[in-house]
Amino acid sequence: MARVVVDVVLKPEILDPQGQAIVGALTRLGITGINDVRQGKHFELEVDDELDDSTVTRLADTLLANPVIENFAIRRDPA
Amino acid sequence: MTFPGSLDDRDAARAVRVSGGESVPLWHADPDLHDVDAVILPGGFSYGDYLRCGAIARFSPVMDSLVAAAKDGLPVLGICNGFQVLCEAHLLPGALIRNDHRKFVCRDQWLRVDNAATRWTSNYRAGQEILVPVKNGEGGYVADPRTLDELEATGRVVVRYVDGNPNGSYRDIAGITNEAGNVVGLMPHPEHAVEALTGPGTDGLGFFFSLLGVAAGAPA
Repeated sequence: MARVVVDVVLKPEILDPQGQAIVGALTRLGITGINDVRQGKHFELEVDDELDDSTVTRLADTLLANPVIENFAIRRDPA
Repeated sequence: MTFPGSLDDRDAARAVRVSGGESVPLWHADPDLHDVDAVILPGGFSYGDYLRCGAIARFSPVMDSLVAAAKDGLPVLGICNGFQVLCEAHLLPGALIRNDHRKFVCRDQWLRVDNAATRWTSNYRAGQEILVPVKNGEGGYVADPRTLDELEATGRVVVRYVDGNPNGSYRDIAGITNEAGNVVGLMPHPEHAVEALTGPGTDGLGFFFSLLGVAAGAPA
């Protein structure tokens, strides 16, 4: 078994209202120095060792992310 | 069409009947479209809006049949969550994201019909303004500038918000169509404006009359 991590974030040009809400809450916490927050999604997949990268890429590109509005990054975590 | 989590499927069916059509309930897990003349993907929260709105519904068993039929010219109307499903299925370009003001919006909304030549809007006049309810949390229509320019240049913006944009949609876009004009998606709810008793008026009837008018002129 291997662990594959897929991170999905909105493309930079797409407005992120949830990230903005978090920025708004930061100021109420009294935290300064954080100028922007972008919220994304983090997927952890337990996969067979022999599963190839192209299958994971296809999964990320068709289901986990919507490439119209989101970018994704894939990495294999050493067990 | 009913998906798990659909909630406006009955209203859509009723709007079809009020307009003089026959409604046929379809279920997402049945890949057979049962020879219907058109399909309405209703509003609601298919699969609880998990992952992204419409993202799981797009892989329902019926969707392969529906995508193929739509590409062959079957009229398909996606309302609200149905619009999100059509975008996720790439039958329409762009995507819907969380409202820019971060609140759910539910109000009567004026729209301008920019394209009265689609299978779902031929009962309207181009430029006609209609009042229908809008209710969504993730109704902000977005696409890259090139796609938006192409939609505008080819007349594929079907309806646009007037008197205030309820959700931050780019260029006030409320609904769009595919190149052939048989697939239309919009966030507002024409099926909630078909009877004076329960809606702001009957301006929504035109979507359903448009379809039935076209079907009536076609050979049996």
